[in-house]
Amino acid sequence: MGLDQRVTSRGERPTSFELEDFGPVSGREEEWRFTPVDRLAGVFAAEFSGTAAVTLAGTGSLPDGVKFEQVPRSDPRLGQASGPSDRAAAAAWAGFGQATVLSVGRGISVESPIELEVRTQGDGVAASHLAVWLEENSAATVIVDYGGGGELAETVELYLGEGARLRLLAVGEWAAGAVHASSHRARLAKDASLVHSVAVFGGELVRITPDVTFAGPGGSAELLGLALTDSGEHHESRLFVDHAAPRCTSRVTYKGALQGAGAHSVWVGDVLIRAGAVGTDTYEQNRNLVLVRGARADSVPNLEIETGEILGAGHASATGRFDDEQVFYLCSRGIDLATARRLVVHAFFAELVGRLNQPEIEARLIATVDRRLDAATQSLLTPTQQPKETLGR
Amino acid sequence: MTVLEIRDLHVSVESDEGGTPILRGVDLTVRSGETHAIMGPNGSGKSTLAYSLAGHPKYRVTSGTATLDGEDLLTMPVDGRAKAGLFLAMQYPVEVPGVTVSNFLRTAKTAIDGEAPPLRQWIKDMRQAMSNLRMDPTFAERSVNEGFSGGEKKRHEILQMELLRPKIAILDETDSGLDVDALRVVAEGVNRAKQTTGLGVMLITHYTRVLQYIRPDQVHVFVGGRIVEQGGPELADRLEEEGYDRFVA
Ligand SMILES: Nc1ncnc2c1ncn2[C@@H]1O[C@H](COP(=O)(O)OP(=O)(O)OP(=O)(O)O)[C@@H](O)[C@H]1O
Ligand SMILES: [Mg+2]
Repeated sequence: MGLDQRVTSRGERPTSFELEDFGPVSGREEEWRFTPVDRLAGVFAAEFSGTAAVTLAGTGSLPDGVKFEQVPRSDPRLGQASGPSDRAAAAAWAGFGQATVLSVGRGISVESPIELEVRTQGDGVAASHLAVWLEENSAATVIVDYGGGGELAETVELYLGEGARLRLLAVGEWAAGAVHASSHRARLAKDASLVHSVAVFGGELVRITPDVTFAGPGGSAELLGLALTDSGEHHESRLFVDHAAPRCTSRVTYKGALQGAGAHSVWVGDVLIRAGAVGTDTYEQNRNLVLVRGARADSVPNLEIETGEILGAGHASATGRFDDEQVFYLCSRGIDLATARRLVVHAFFAELVGRLNQPEIEARLIATVDRRLDAATQSLLTPTQQPKETLGR
Repeated sequence: MTVLEIRDLHVSVESDEGGTPILRGVDLTVRSGETHAIMGPNGSGKSTLAYSLAGHPKYRVTSGTATLDGEDLLTMPVDGRAKAGLFLAMQYPVEVPGVTVSNFLRTAKTAIDGEAPPLRQWIKDMRQAMSNLRMDPTFAERSVNEGFSGGEKKRHEILQMELLRPKIAILDETDSGLDVDALRVVAEGVNRAKQTTGLGVMLITHYTRVLQYIRPDQVHVFVGGRIVEQGGPELADRLEEEGYDRFVA
């Protein structure tokens, strides 16, 4: 029979590599209650007729000790992080043929970012599997760039050996209508450190579920997320940070701006501090900025603490509005609507983007934000729109 | 020489039940260098006049005209009115979380001038203007109006006015909520702008005190959505003594 998905504690929610263990999805389940599940029917059915390619961007040359390989399902490095915890993740696991593994050898530190591209091809749902494997005391920055349309069920496994340091940035600008369900599963050995960041633009439905497990003491994880959600888009982030080992630190900062009527964003942040995870220090926050009427941001922090011997545990969630009065105030000082929106959105994202600590990527993200903001502002100003949005015309 | 000319202005406020008429035929001319005090009871429509001229989307002009140097203000977008030289110091300045005062001011200055101000000069001007208004330099890095006290918000409005150098400024109860020292400092700011840039001022107020610092050329009594009487500064004193009873039908 199927797994019991009704449990409320995140620690007891079962995981399985078997698709059959997850029953059909109705949309009433806790993990699907915000999702337009109809759009994921193809992913849930796990009948994959499309393909997805993971390639190395640029010249394709890699430093010594770094390998980029296509491997069969039997490769022992696959499936080493936690297991799939929902039907989409199980479908992604069931569906891939070959996997891509990017590995960094023991003690090797790669300076410049390694950039990968994930693109879907053809019609039908595609599945893809990427594993980033960092051996002991290695360090790397990896950018995974997503694009194109289509439907994709995906797994990204991050395996960090003792003392390994990984900065991962998953950034996507999907075409209209694209559907992407992605399970990120990271496992951190003793003293490993992860900066995991996600930037989401476009698509029709993008749902990313990062799971981070501290498997040894002394690890640290910073999880950053940025989303700019437009009309008709559903962007969902569901995080799970599993403090299963002592003295680990986690920081979660997700920020979403919603700029179109009917835009919907979801953030669910589950943090579990298990009984043995003494000395844990965790803080998670989600901030949303709603730029127009008719957009909706759901935000659900969820902190479970099974030991009292921790350094700190907290969460915060807030949704603010850029309302007509603020628009009027800025415009009354000569600032046009497009610039006013930029000013407010830049301010909103500035600190988050700064934390990426990668000036080139910062500039790229801000440029994407601006381009999409300006496009949306233009559509606000077209005469077919509500005159109220256009201030003084 | 700039002229703001308001003729027979009728304005309704948009609400769920439709439009409610508030302004019922306002006539007023403000020229460079002139100061016009507008005094009237609560709810008489003074802020409505100010907001309508600045282009707040809540208000709908049903008839009449308002021009700045012959240009139709009422068809301009909000930012266009500011670029044309109009400034509104608001009765209730709006908080804009996350956006710093310094970033806001620089963006506004760039928008008004059509080019970014030279950085060094700009920083100097901003520091000077803040110090003139006895604003602590740390305000530059705070979010616009967020957590500002009532009086600090008003000073911040005048700071913007000084830096943006408009031709005509509407000060909507800028004197309310100011302590005696702040009132003097703010009045100095207004007088400085009058002297250096020939600013024309529409000064909406409930109190004669501010008129001792900023001398009005004319005082207008505003009741029921229109100007019902005008006179010299002595009219303000009379209002202070007698109230508005004789104007309210
Ligand atoms: N949405 C609305 N629906 C109905 N009436 C409104 C609405 N908004 C404002 N008003 C009314 O418009 C009138 C004029 O308001 P306004 O703010 O212009 O007055 P004011 O002269 O500035 O008053 P004060 O001296 O108190 O600042 C008030 O009676 C107010 O209640
Ligand atoms: Mg008022």
